[in-house]
Amino acid sequence: MSQKSSAPAWPRGIYDVLSAQRVRQVAYVPDAGHSELIRLCQATPEMSSISLTTEEEGISMLAGAWLGGERGVLLMQSSGVGNCINLFGMVQECRFPLLMLVTMRGQWGEFNPWQVWMGSETRPVLERCGVVCYDVDEPERVVETVAAASSLVFNAYRAVAVLIGQRVIGSKNFMK
Amino acid sequence: MATRRKIVLERRDVVARILRDRGTALVVPGLGAPTWDCAAAGDHPLTFQMWGAMGGTAMIALGLALAQPERRVIALPGDGDMLMGIGSLATIGTQGPPNIVVAVIDNERYGETGMQETHTARGVDLEGIARASGFRKTATVYNAKELEAAMPLVYKTKGPVFVNIKVTTNPVPNILPPRDGAWLKHRFRQALLGDKAFE
Repeated sequence: MSQKSSAPAWPRGIYDVLSAQRVRQVAYVPDAGHSELIRLCQATPEMSSISLTTEEEGISMLAGAWLGGERGVLLMQSSGVGNCINLFGMVQECRFPLLMLVTMRGQWGEFNPWQVWMGSETRPVLERCGVVCYDVDEPERVVETVAAASSLVFNAYRAVAVLIGQRVIGSKNFMK
Repeated sequence: MATRRKIVLERRDVVARILRDRGTALVVPGLGAPTWDCAAAGDHPLTFQMWGAMGGTAMIALGLALAQPERRVIALPGDGDMLMGIGSLATIGTQGPPNIVVAVIDNERYGETGMQETHTARGVDLEGIARASGFRKTATVYNAKELEAAMPLVYKTKGPVFVNIKVTTNPVPNILPPRDGAWLKHRFRQALLGDKAFE
């Protein structure tokens, strides 16, 4: 695959972690920050890439995957976290492992005011729902953070969200 | 909007009939009455009884169907559960696993909360939505003859299969299955995966 020299390396690094962890179901509601990772997963025959209509579908789907003996990951942006809350009840009651990679909006240099509230409440909401949160704000730390989160999920059976800061992804500017 | 006919099927008979032929199938009944219906038909380790997570039943079945392509996976949501997760029909239809069956036990009511009408009581056609979402085979069932005719769809036909089964609102005895979620999960995985469940 050709890659522009300016393209960040961390999406490929996340993909390598997911492959090494034998992740087979990749559920997502797209975010620009995840577009390269989604492309890589779609190009991998051993992985099912599942586009969702809402993020909460992914929580249920990955519970089903675990019941069936497969590992999965849920990709979303921070605005999707609110959509999952009721289903976190099942995750906690059944102690389902859950790996979420959340690209943050509403933070560093955000242009869209409608993103700011959910962006600033993402971590408190997740923590109130019993989800362990790992923040990462430097591109060179993304991969090791996802690796550590994956271990906590699949070896220690916990629900973990990696919050990939807007500073890592770059902010969107419609005014350009 | 669907053509409406007289509803005569009893939910316990319907679920018992479906489960009679389950063989190696994996079954996911939705929150509320479908879970109690499965309990009444006989508790089973490969039935993942849902006591919550309304709207999530069909998607749990999708994750399971992708993980276990050699097994038939049958979701049994109620109509309220299916309506809450209506987008999941589009997700399942586009993903298209051949081994998934979504069979809605449709009494046109929110049964756990006072029997308020759902949208299916007002003509919303779940089968039509499933068909338009890419399900390969669909049916709506109103009587015992149609239920028998739908059995090959449930167990043999290449999916995704969607069957909407209209059932009465007649009261049934309360029969409750075990409800500890972590235990139900472990029991299911151990029955399905053996020792690999605890690796």
